[in-house]
Amino acid sequence: MAIFDIFLLEALLNGVLLGGVLALLSLGLNLIFGVIDVVWICYAELIMLGMYGMYFLYTVYHAPIVAAAAVCIVAVAILGVLLHVLVIAPLLGAAPINQLLATGGVLFFLQSAATVLFGVEFKNLGLRLPVLKAAGMFISYSRLLAFVAALVGMVLVYLFMTRTYTGTAIRAIAQDRQIIPLMGVNSRRIYLVTSALGGGLAGLAACLLVLQYDVHPFVGLSFGPITFLICVLGSLGNFVGGFVAAFVFAEIIALGGLYLDLEWGYVFAFAFFIVMMFVRPEGLMARRS
Amino acid sequence: MLALKSVRADYTTFQALFDVSLEVRQGEAVGVIGPNGAGKTTLMRVVSGLLRPTGGSIVMEGVDLVKTPPHRIVELGIAHVPESRRLFPRMSVEDNLKMGSFMRAARPKFRRRLDVVYELFPRLRERRAQLAGSMSGGEQQMCAIGRALMSEPKLLLLDEPSAGLAPVVVEQVFDLVTRLRAAGLTVLIVEQNVQQVLRVVDRAYVLKAGRIRAAGAAAELLASDTIREAYLGI
Amino acid sequence: MTRYLPWLGGLALIGLPFVYTAPYPMHILIIILIWSFAYTSWSVMGRFGLVSLGHGGFMGIGAYATALAWNYWHISPWIGAPMALLAGALLAVVVAYPCFRFRIIGHYFALVTLALSGIVLQVITATRDYTGGSLGYTPERYQSGSSFYALQFTGKTTWYLIALGVWAAGLYVWHRVDRSMLRYALEAISEDEDGAAAAGVHVTLEKLKITVLSAAMTALAGALYCQYQMFISPDTVSGIAVSLQMVFAVVVGGIYVPLGPTVGAVITILLAEVLRVSFGTRAVGWDNLVYGILLVIFIIFLPKGILGSLLALRRAS
Ligand SMILES: Nc1ncnc2c1ncn2[C@@H]1O[C@H](COP(=O)(O)OP(=O)(O)O)[C@@H](O)[C@H]1O
Ligand SMILES: [Mg+2]
Repeated sequence: MAIFDIFLLEALLNGVLLGGVLALLSLGLNLIFGVIDVVWICYAELIMLGMYGMYFLYTVYHAPIVAAAAVCIVAVAILGVLLHVLVIAPLLGAAPINQLLATGGVLFFLQSAATVLFGVEFKNLGLRLPVLKAAGMFISYSRLLAFVAALVGMVLVYLFMTRTYTGTAIRAIAQDRQIIPLMGVNSRRIYLVTSALGGGLAGLAACLLVLQYDVHPFVGLSFGPITFLICVLGSLGNFVGGFVAAFVFAEIIALGGLYLDLEWGYVFAFAFFIVMMFVRPEGLMARRS
Repeated sequence: MLALKSVRADYTTFQALFDVSLEVRQGEAVGVIGPNGAGKTTLMRVVSGLLRPTGGSIVMEGVDLVKTPPHRIVELGIAHVPESRRLFPRMSVEDNLKMGSFMRAARPKFRRRLDVVYELFPRLRERRAQLAGSMSGGEQQMCAIGRALMSEPKLLLLDEPSAGLAPVVVEQVFDLVTRLRAAGLTVLIVEQNVQQVLRVVDRAYVLKAGRIRAAGAAAELLASDTIREAYLGI
Repeated sequence: MTRYLPWLGGLALIGLPFVYTAPYPMHILIIILIWSFAYTSWSVMGRFGLVSLGHGGFMGIGAYATALAWNYWHISPWIGAPMALLAGALLAVVVAYPCFRFRIIGHYFALVTLALSGIVLQVITATRDYTGGSLGYTPERYQSGSSFYALQFTGKTTWYLIALGVWAAGLYVWHRVDRSMLRYALEAISEDEDGAAAAGVHVTLEKLKITVLSAAMTALAGALYCQYQMFISPDTVSGIAVSLQMVFAVVVGGIYVPLGPTVGAVITILLAEVLRVSFGTRAVGWDNLVYGILLVIFIIFLPKGILGSLLALRRAS
């Protein structure tokens, strides 16, 4: 195989690995949007806090990494519930845009709280995972791990959504929230469960991202926008669409990053997004309402 | 079994029900008839808790429904089949039925109830994996009624079950009401399809502009000329 | 009496620099005026429910296009700023046209524009060979000191008057929009888009008009900011944070009243300054921390904003 092709293949493979994590990110946001009809603008900032949690638990307090991850997932899930109870719930009847802006306020708050508490320095786990060499390609172990964990996480969510009563109710409420009390479902409880789930997914994403990236108060800005684009492209609230869009975007970013910088990958992704809006405005996986 | 006394209901700027009193006794089938916009759907919604009345009382077997949280009302044995069916369109038929037995008491009985419903509507068994939104209107109505029956209710509220269906299917729906009654279910049914509904209910109320204008045995209402002309338009 | 109040206020503002010239307060006033103009530009469209989180992008384009044109091609800001303004308008068309054409509204629109401001920041960072990336960028000084040609002035008074003029022009635009047919069309659209379309309103076109106007004004604000500060960085003129800052100030001040954005600018900038002066470098982050909490509290308890609520109170009594 020519050198060029190996690089291309490596980039494609890295794209797939990145896609898994992006799919996980968009899943959490889609869940919240589909069920509660609110966009958590501060979703990436919850992940940022989770990354700090990992940093402190693992690097500073030397907790075993799996335990640290478990604590982080639970902690961010609790943050999700708090966000819902303190900010979203009082605004459930308000104009949707107010809910959006309020979570924008939370974004400000979380970023600056992190700045004040942890400083602006970049921090990392100081954990060096090996690089796998196969067929002349270099695949980072942490990426592979992130990919697998993201897939496992998504399968668990899928099982929860299809096999349990609560999961079924979560899907049902996204389709018709008005008649849901007729089924004996307390929508307030479902909202709390969904917020916890969305937060938990953010926590999981945090554990995976911190393996690959440094954490700093503004780290959310580097993957927040891309997550929103993925959700919009996949049609907000549509899990399958988000999943497909995540992989498409990840490939664009990975290929863009192969020839230019990673930032250019993002720029291409955005350009692609605009083009797609002209071509398929309903999103990749259209769901006409 | 169910008693409404002087119930009043409002939408933000609009009063939809004035001083509505109505009673449904155990084992009865009761109809509420009236033209479009009379407040029939509103009446159903205040009973099942989707809308809170602004006055009056609603009591089901001694329990005050006005003070019961909406999601608890189904636990008292009231199942509401809403107007235009309102299935969860992108969920399978069986998942829709599963939602019908969401309440704790119904969950252990899920399999058994599923058999009962499939027995009643063999079509649904064939279509169990199909997305509810992709079925025909009649099948959707069956699914909606099936979903309500999953909770093993004592009182079934049907809001215009025949609306938008082909005449043959309308027949089936009214047949079903008769069969359900025979099985011991109490039914409160709202209809615009006056003549047909009066054949399957024992008693009926005439609702117009938010007020009960007449009430009586179904046969009486059908026979009375004044009522036929003034309210039923037949 | 109240009829003459705006004129008296205007005269007082014009006269101010001739009687009072302390540099620090003047600096704060100029900054407030420039941001007030930017916030007003946002509210020109925001008041119709078109919540854009992309205005950080437009402002960034305005600032960087002006500075780059000057440094690389020696194009005077007198030409560069209008070019930057056009660039902002063009970007607005490219992004907003498909949005409006295909009914991307509400959440979706906010998210798409949010991504836009994120991407503009990424582009500025990615092209660091030309823009200096996240370290920031400085337009070259022309000769030394002040130059009309280079739109560079060392004196605060000149800048104060320029900023005042632009700010007043922004209010005038707000007022003109308020009196125009466009306003009725947009209000109809924000209430019921399909209904408006059925009534013969060209929904896409009307929305596009206001968006382009708002984006162009915001780009101008960016150019102005760049010329005054003589230093720009992606974080201060572009990105999601700047977009949210605009929305925040407008919501705090009052979105439906002409002076709302200005009140918002006064409050937020003074708050940031007070925190900075009293806590020094330890204040880093505290201003946004307080903003964030206030934004949430305002949206929950005072969605009309401070000025909006005060005016509503006065009308009620
Ligand atoms: N959500 C609502 N908001 C305001 N008015 C409503 C609403 N729903 C129904 N109405 C009004 O209440 C009246 C009764 O409606 P409804 O109970 O649906 O009548 P019916 O079911 O008999 O056709 C109608 O005049 C209708 O316009
Ligand atoms: Mg009705």
